[in-house]
Amino acid sequence: MGNDFRRSIAAALDDANLGGALGRFSEAYRASRARAYEDHDFEALRRRIAGVKGDAAGRLDELAARFTAAAVARGAQVFRAGSPQAVKDYVLALARERGARSVVKSKSMASEEIHLNAHLEAAGLSVTETDLGEWIIQLAGQRPSHMVMPAIHMTKEQVADLFSKEVDERLAADIPRLVALARERLRERFLAADIGISGANVAVAETGSLVLVTNEGNARLVTTLPRIHVAIVGLEKLIERFEDVVPILTALPKSATGQLLTSYVSIISGPVANTDGSPKELHVILLDHRRSDMAADPSFKPAMQCIRCASCLNVCPVYRLVGGHVFGKTYTGGIGTVLTAWFDDLASAKDIQGLCIQCGNCKEVCPGMIDIPQLILEVRRRVAQEQGQPMIQRAIFSVVNDRRLFHGLLRAASLAQKPFTRNGLVRHLPLFLSGLTEARSLPAIAPEPLRDTIGRIAQPRSAERAALYAGCLIDFAYPRTGEAVVEILNKAGVEVLFPDGQTCCGAPARYAGAYESAAESARANIEALLADDVRWIVSACPTCTVALKHEFGATLRSLGDEAWAAKAEQVAAKTIEFATLARQLVEEGRLTLPEGRALGRATYHDSCHLKRTLRAEQAPRELLRRQGLEIVEMFEADVCCGMAGSYSLKLPEISGRMLARKLASIEKTGAPLVATDCPGCLLQLRGGLDQSGLPVEVRHTAELLAEAIE
Amino acid sequence: MYETFRARAEAVSAEVHRFPGKAEALQFVADLLRRDGVSAAPGGHAVWAGGPFLSAADRSAVAPGAPALRFDVTRELAATARAGVTEADFAIVNTGTLAHAADAVEGRLASTLPPLHVALVPTSRLVPDLGALFARLSPAQTRYLALVTGPSRTADIERVLTIGVHGPKRLVIVFADDLAEGS
Repeated sequence: MGNDFRRSIAAALDDANLGGALGRFSEAYRASRARAYEDHDFEALRRRIAGVKGDAAGRLDELAARFTAAAVARGAQVFRAGSPQAVKDYVLALARERGARSVVKSKSMASEEIHLNAHLEAAGLSVTETDLGEWIIQLAGQRPSHMVMPAIHMTKEQVADLFSKEVDERLAADIPRLVALARERLRERFLAADIGISGANVAVAETGSLVLVTNEGNARLVTTLPRIHVAIVGLEKLIERFEDVVPILTALPKSATGQLLTSYVSIISGPVANTDGSPKELHVILLDHRRSDMAADPSFKPAMQCIRCASCLNVCPVYRLVGGHVFGKTYTGGIGTVLTAWFDDLASAKDIQGLCIQCGNCKEVCPGMIDIPQLILEVRRRVAQEQGQPMIQRAIFSVVNDRRLFHGLLRAASLAQKPFTRNGLVRHLPLFLSGLTEARSLPAIAPEPLRDTIGRIAQPRSAERAALYAGCLIDFAYPRTGEAVVEILNKAGVEVLFPDGQTCCGAPARYAGAYESAAESARANIEALLADDVRWIVSACPTCTVALKHEFGATLRSLGDEAWAAKAEQVAAKTIEFATLARQLVEEGRLTLPEGRALGRATYHDSCHLKRTLRAEQAPRELLRRQGLEIVEMFEADVCCGMAGSYSLKLPEISGRMLARKLASIEKTGAPLVATDCPGCLLQLRGGLDQSGLPVEVRHTAELLAEAIE
Repeated sequence: MYETFRARAEAVSAEVHRFPGKAEALQFVADLLRRDGVSAAPGGHAVWAGGPFLSAADRSAVAPGAPALRFDVTRELAATARAGVTEADFAIVNTGTLAHAADAVEGRLASTLPPLHVALVPTSRLVPDLGALFARLSPAQTRYLALVTGPSRTADIERVLTIGVHGPKRLVIVFADDLAEGS
């Protein structure tokens, strides 16, 4: 990670306004989005959008040709531009031929992408952005920090300063008056402009139509007042049929800003008359700029389903802390990372792909049904392939892949950490390790790992057996959690085996883009877990469970190892996460919880993988309620705590802020106990609570359940 | 349908009224324009763009109640007008939206440039949703399909909602039950 990048993160985190406006918006967004979709079946809607856009991405050439034919038949001129330069040349040549001097623009990310303004201004044209946010950004000489709300990082005071310079008069930071001033100033520009440049939110092949969506009304003026209209349209905006505008127009405003519909939608199908009665000149530029390549790459084709609503930014727990400028390019946030990797180059995405914490929030809300975290992992994998992994990372994974060496080192560390350990936590580490314990204490490595203690539990013999997959954290830091799982399953008459050959699940390697290392871990674990004939493979770590259930096969298949991928499916079929299995045993009457107890209040923290991949967030809550705990839900219970494995080591400053938000939410519930099902979250929360001194206990659901059953 | 439309449109700061007859609706518009300060004084005029429902005689009938109504809509007149009056072709219930086949530039000028936009629409032209609209109004019928949902708005400064950036600050929607008859 570059030092400039680190500095830009530090600056963004310290920018109070960024956290303020953005934080407030992201908190309000979830509710307003949900309200906007109240009357709609979002899953059905996004399946339809993904179908329409996915289909279009599969035949861009054909649709571009049909769009061209339809638009030309209606009197428009269509130019297909392969490169940004081709667009710039076309627009400038047009302006010169028509003797144009001034241009007004409504918001167009495609024109931002190709830096059109700079090119036109260098040639002596006056160019004015008319979207209020874009105009602010233009006056400030900045880049938009958000696709829909370009100036969200700025305060009204900063805007007042900018406008004051523009009108040469001291203006107060009064928002309605600043807006009124913008109206007045930009109205003059609209009325005087020779050319209006817009983007388009949708381009319909069969009718040659452009759909423009705005709230301010500037696109109406840009397409009405100047005698020439130029629309710059990325190829991903093409769809085949007019009727398919409906799902996109239904979703876009709801996902973007929680509106049922934006104030204005203009659907332009060919030129209309100008205000002086002359026919309007309508030029549509279809921009490729690597979109065809992206659509032809099976891994990245789904990125073409993006409708640029920016909901992936709005729900991103990292974006809301750092804003858009740390992304360094035109497109920001989750999908922006992917687009930057294509529209710029892979190297440009090297640092920013590391911002993704893989919490999966964006995937849940994407109206294009894009698995954005997976696409970012693919970017990460290609960066690792192209540039090689960092040396230290390669060294770590080679150790992890050597189980005996890895486990030997963990045992050695258990001794070495002794001087820094108190009550099972490491509070301060010396020297270069000190950053690791800044926001939270680390758990001490247990004196004896689970693999050593488990043999001492006297288990009943049973024909019904489960294999326990511990995962590194439970094995070496929290063996008590593993013992609790064994005790509970024993109570239900299940014998628990601990296959000794099990090792790290490989998730850290996979999330670092090191698929070869992840595949080695997968093979070792598959071999160990299939050695005995068991009914279930159970894990009390959601991340490990996801690895066993969903990722072993995917990793192996991506490397062409079909034989091991088939074995991975056998593991996946038997794998179950602890809370789901325990609830099942309770429902079958095989586990009995004592009735009528009142154990007080507790709050529950959802782990990302448990909630959004395993979809098991109700099972632990039910188990906790049944044992007599009153669950007080915290604000944003399912927002990532900032742990995410090695993320908290790579970007401790961001992880620490996420943790601080989580701790504040916990504190607000007033509950003295937090339950969670992920040992990683447990590490993060417990460490954070220890450093902040809040008297709140954090426990794994399995441990609470074991105590209740006793 | 009307009540849902009204609730949705009011939720985005539009004002919605309904009258049984054309005459009452036109009377209301005349009063509204006068109350809003439309007058013969300089800069006091309003522009009125023709549409599919009202005849020239209908429009002129309003003129005595609100002087300085201009029916010859130009960009200069629209840019300096206090108010603009248009006719909408349809109203979409589930989003509180007006739909206008706005090929003629006068309708776009009158509905975008003045600070007050008054839109007349026949109650019979309420349609449930966007899909239903597109079945009636699509690129086959219009080259410039304009959808308007509430007045112009922005939240680009600190996410504070502010009404009336480039378009109208106020949108008044006037339904008349018999407006489309005979048209």
